[in-house]
Amino acid sequence: MTARRRFWLAAIIGILLLAGAAGYGIVAWAEHRARASAPSEVESVASDVRPAGARIVFRNTALGAGYGLVASVPLSDPSAARSVTDLACDRVYATAAVQSCLHIDRGVVTTFNGTLSDASGRETRSWPLAGVPSRTRISADSRLVAATSFVTGEAYGTVGFATMTTISRTDGSQDYGNLEDFALLVDDVLITAADRNVWGVTFSDDDNTFYATAASNNQTWLVRGDLAARTLTAIRDTAECPSLSPDGGRIAYKKEVSTSVTPQWSIAVLDLATGTETLLHEKRNVDDQVLWLDDDTLLYGLAREDTVGDSDVWSVSADGTAVPELFLAHAWSPSVVR
Amino acid sequence: MYISFSDRRGGVTTPPKTAAKVSSVVVSLGVVSMLTDISSESVAAILPLYITGVIGLSTVAYGFIDGLYQGISAFVRIAGGWAADHGDQPKWVAFFGYGVSAIARVGLLFAAGFGTLIAVLALDRLGKGVRTAPRDALIAASSEPENLGRSFGVHRMLDTVGAAVGPLLAFVILFFIPDGYSTIFVVSLAFAILGVAILGIVVPNTRPRAERAALAADQRPPARFRWRQLTDPRLRRLLLGAGLLGVLTIGDGFIYLVLQSRGAFAAAWFPLLYVGTNVAFLLLAIPLGRLSDRFGRGRIFIIGHIALLAAYVSAALPVAGPLVTILCLVLLGTFYAATDGILAALASQCAPPEARASGIAAAQTVVALTRLIASTGFGLLWFALGRENAMLVAAAALAVVIPVVAILLRGVVSRQPAR
Repeated sequence: MTARRRFWLAAIIGILLLAGAAGYGIVAWAEHRARASAPSEVESVASDVRPAGARIVFRNTALGAGYGLVASVPLSDPSAARSVTDLACDRVYATAAVQSCLHIDRGVVTTFNGTLSDASGRETRSWPLAGVPSRTRISADSRLVAATSFVTGEAYGTVGFATMTTISRTDGSQDYGNLEDFALLVDDVLITAADRNVWGVTFSDDDNTFYATAASNNQTWLVRGDLAARTLTAIRDTAECPSLSPDGGRIAYKKEVSTSVTPQWSIAVLDLATGTETLLHEKRNVDDQVLWLDDDTLLYGLAREDTVGDSDVWSVSADGTAVPELFLAHAWSPSVVR
Repeated sequence: MYISFSDRRGGVTTPPKTAAKVSSVVVSLGVVSMLTDISSESVAAILPLYITGVIGLSTVAYGFIDGLYQGISAFVRIAGGWAADHGDQPKWVAFFGYGVSAIARVGLLFAAGFGTLIAVLALDRLGKGVRTAPRDALIAASSEPENLGRSFGVHRMLDTVGAAVGPLLAFVILFFIPDGYSTIFVVSLAFAILGVAILGIVVPNTRPRAERAALAADQRPPARFRWRQLTDPRLRRLLLGAGLLGVLTIGDGFIYLVLQSRGAFAAAWFPLLYVGTNVAFLLLAIPLGRLSDRFGRGRIFIIGHIALLAAYVSAALPVAGPLVTILCLVLLGTFYAATDGILAALASQCAPPEARASGIAAAQTVVALTRLIASTGFGLLWFALGRENAMLVAAAALAVVIPVVAILLRGVVSRQPAR
């Protein structure tokens, strides 16, 4: 084959391949447009005002209009029409006074940000995240906010630093910074390995103590954090994304129960006074920070297997006596506002 | 016997002055790398979103994949270099490497869970490890020795264009189709196949040993590849020097984290800092490659590490702001432009053609492994001393080692190619 023929052969292959890929992309785009402009698959009303009264605030994952927006339903009737705001969040948590929203701002340059807003929905503070949003929590008194994101954008070889978790005061008066900089103590030994990671914060009600997950060298620990002393102390092995019960006596978390490479998380509840751990009746893989609906019931999200990007919120009793029930369909990242 | 370049003809008396003098083979290989990088970087950029959003995995699992990513390619690299030299077929070894990565992209279309994803990514890295050294040996074989720095500069520039375009393309697709991961995978596959096709169809199969045999037909049978051909004291000194510097080359991620913790500008653009480094890299790859041909590759290699030292210092400086961040990224890009391709050029100068791919592979593996050690070690320092102090300690150590390596490399590769 002459050089000229080789060139033309390569050019024709190139045109065919790129035209094929572009065609696939255009069809996918048209399908997406059709889905996004379709009416929502659940009954919903657009609303600028946050409804009054006890409610569940969550990320609406019903396909169609309103997908990915913050929505709420009355606590007393979760199946009622959902009131959908115009705020898009990938992870959201709300108290009566403050709402924390972690969002991906897509574009040619995609960035990741966290935003706090007050009860009227007015933005009060915004800060950049290191990558894809993961978890956020606000203390019950609305004074502290925690946000976990994955660390994205390190193209060249690095070891560790998969997550970044920060805690700050919601009024912006103090930033406790990256929890990786806190001293991590496991059995009174300071862990200094570079691959330390901290994620999934839950606050107690004293404005100083919190619980979180710390990890290093493929081990995870449930840690008790102290904001004033800047320490994280391991209190148990193999526990991730803790959630403190409203009465402060128990911690629910996801527990790795897999024996293979593929992670498999179950929900466990630890009684802090007795140290007893109860595994709950959930055989499916739970990758979420569970939430206490009340002192007896836990809520958590499960991705729908049939639809990418859609998920449901399930409930299960915290004492391990009942099987899970569907609590709120087409929803993710729930929080209870009273 | 190190007759590396004496039997290659042409361009010796009049050093080429224009980019047109860079061999079309080098440009073709650059285009192949560019297409392959568009393919791999478009997927790498959205992988965190895909893993967390679609597969539904969290941090620990992702860290595991990341570690796996780094580990595999270093060791396979040596095997790829050896196979290229042993069989005297560098093109087809490289083709195999590119092909394996392209096949891995097909797997991505069907990867439903964590296990399949790991297999796909491991296969991809395997291909990358295999192909790098034979490809660089092909670049060296297709270039005039006087021109080696520029040839590698042209290749790395095209390669880095791919690394910059890939993420952009992926994010544009996600902008129009928020759940368009399958579209990204299809586009990525198309670019990967195109790269492999161009390599197979356009790039000639340069056979260093057979060529030498033809040139020296009346003298003696062609030399076979032997490990002892890698015992050139110059190569040993290069490996030692590159290793010493590699141990002090902490990952970019650490530098970005220091920048991020110091200024609002860097924090806001944190996920995109590596794009800034890439842009500086691609702009400087050719100028620094040309400079290395004129002033000595060893010198530019050393100057690159001085830029790295300056990047450490600028990151740790008590002043922060957009200018310092941009300066730091430009310095990092300078470091890559002055060391990445130049190292391959240096290594190919220190090994005979029969063992060129192995020599390049050895140098690249030494650098990859020592940088892994550097990242781990720096993590400890980071916690013990705090961010800025750790950075300054690394800078001080680098300031001590750079002159030592400069002396070590002196004479290893003079300005003129070995005769």
